[in-house]
Amino acid sequence: MSRLLMCPPDYFGIEYEINPWMRVSNQTNGERARTQWKTLTQVLENEVGAKLEFMEPVPKLPDLVFTANAGVIHGGKAVPSQFRHPERQGEERYFIDWFTKKGYEVINLNPGIHFEGAGDLLGFPDFWIGGYRQRSDIRAYVQLSEIFQKEIMPVELVDQRFYHLDTCFCPLSGGELLYFPPCFDSYAQTVLASRIEQKKRFAVPPREGERFACNAVCIDRHVVLPTGCPETMAWLHKQGYTTHPVELDEFLKAGGSAKCLTLALD
Amino acid sequence: MIVQSVTIQGHIIDSLILAKVLDDIVMLGGTFTLSEVTVGTRREDTSHATILIEAPTMELLQEILKTIQPHGAVVETEEDCTVEPAPADGILPEDFYATSHLATQIRWQGNWIDVPQPEMDLAIRLKTSPPSAQMVSMGSVKKGDLVVTGRKGVRVFPLERPKERDVFGFMEAQVSSERPHRHIIADVAKRMKAIHQQRKEGKGSGKVLFAGGPAIIHAGGREALAWIIEAGYIHVLFCGNALAAHDMEASLYGTSLGYNLGIGRSVPHGHEHHLRTINRVRALGSIQQAVKGGLIKEGIMAACVRQGVQMVLAGTIRDDGPLPDVITDSIKAQEAMRAAIPGVGLALLVASTLHAVATGNLLPASVPTVCVDINPAVPTKLSDRGSFQAVGLVMDSSSFLWELARELGWKG
Repeated sequence: MSRLLMCPPDYFGIEYEINPWMRVSNQTNGERARTQWKTLTQVLENEVGAKLEFMEPVPKLPDLVFTANAGVIHGGKAVPSQFRHPERQGEERYFIDWFTKKGYEVINLNPGIHFEGAGDLLGFPDFWIGGYRQRSDIRAYVQLSEIFQKEIMPVELVDQRFYHLDTCFCPLSGGELLYFPPCFDSYAQTVLASRIEQKKRFAVPPREGERFACNAVCIDRHVVLPTGCPETMAWLHKQGYTTHPVELDEFLKAGGSAKCLTLALD
Repeated sequence: MIVQSVTIQGHIIDSLILAKVLDDIVMLGGTFTLSEVTVGTRREDTSHATILIEAPTMELLQEILKTIQPHGAVVETEEDCTVEPAPADGILPEDFYATSHLATQIRWQGNWIDVPQPEMDLAIRLKTSPPSAQMVSMGSVKKGDLVVTGRKGVRVFPLERPKERDVFGFMEAQVSSERPHRHIIADVAKRMKAIHQQRKEGKGSGKVLFAGGPAIIHAGGREALAWIIEAGYIHVLFCGNALAAHDMEASLYGTSLGYNLGIGRSVPHGHEHHLRTINRVRALGSIQQAVKGGLIKEGIMAACVRQGVQMVLAGTIRDDGPLPDVITDSIKAQEAMRAAIPGVGLALLVASTLHAVATGNLLPASVPTVCVDINPAVPTKLSDRGSFQAVGLVMDSSSFLWELARELGWKG
């Protein structure tokens, strides 16, 4: 059974602006956010069959809700994030505490290297892709490939709105890929095209890419994604996936959606 | 040109990160040399590359570095070289840096200094005020000279692929008796003509070096070589006592080591001819005197004197005489040869193991070199030096010279 880490949005809100989606003037509706988050947990547990674990929310850390950025976990090892923006660096010790308490072997990257966890490192079984330039440093992937003994292909992210890899790239359990090509530089687009055959790749239409269609959670043959992405859902159905659209627009105000709100623990 | 070394590591090949970095360097107006690439053997292994970036200005170099650093390129930490004083005349410090024949720089007080005239198997001497560096042989180092030790703060530049698309441009460094010779000889002639033309037009002072052995005379290549020299295609000649002695023997007696070159038979008392030749030249004091005084009227030596070719004659323990021009102290001979190397733009090493290998050792890797010998071991030895611009031809020296002379316009 797939296990995911989540954090309730008790202190979620827009308290600073560190990506183009965030506007302090465009404040979130706390009640709506809590309802949307609750719906997401119910879909994941009841419809998809995921086992959820929760960490304690912390005041003044509004983005702790985005647990995808806690770090990366694989094979009993946890590499915690080292955030680029000081606004989020306060989250690091809470994530490390949680990993330690749960018995993961915590391995820190060298100091001074920025890395924002599963937000920027996603994988297929035989190779992983690491987004760099916006938040994570390319140098992080040299150390991560040694730690996890994995091939990690760095890809350059070129659109500030899609600042993490998981905002524009979603590998699926059957080896397919949802992605939003304009977020990648031409070299990265060439690499993705050479690694994943065309019929397995779906370039989400711009309207849906901007709705964070790629910020989806895929578990077995289920895909949980934000609402408002009909073309992406139609393609997923053709591939034999069951889709579970969830309204998450309160979180989009902070530049996140379904995937950002979860961290895969296995 | 400002040079900076950077390293890059990771899954840089399949991800096209290395390609992107190299593209960026070129697009911004720099050039690069990949001085080292280690490719991971297993899928999860990372690869590693060292890139030497060259830029015309410091500003451009900074711009290039700023552009490529986000892609993982890291400026190599640079340190000054270490030096130690030579403990005695002719003795190098224990850990001296042994040179290669590739372009070399040392770093001193934060600046990279060129070490001129690269030559293999020497040491590097540092002079501190003003800072400069020279390659120095073991024998010529003086007590207290500062000699570079270890490998820190020394960098070597790989040979650039030549612009010319001729036989040297392929950088194959192969030796085979089964390769067709004709196009190789045509390319050698083309290079000689180009140097000749540049000198004539005052556009260059490049020199063609010829190192040869006496087999050239014995096998019948004398006439062709004399024509090539007389026509102004050769500017430096390295040889021993024998080539000069037998050439002048041919001029005086028509024989080479007693064999009549016209009829191909030994003549009575012919074995004395070269001794009598040497004796007569010794009496006159020099080869130049022998030519200018009218004793030697034609041949290789006569052509060299008339054309002002710089000659270095190096002696060996089997020499007869020797001729007065022969330098019998082999270390002094090596120094005289070394002094004649700067400016050499093409080297022809023909039919002499001793002089071909000695000359090969003195030449920078950047000098296109053709080695001609009937014995494949000689060109092989030369190409094993690691110079990609050394072309080996396994053929008779006389045939080579005749064909080369004809390519250059000889009607003989």
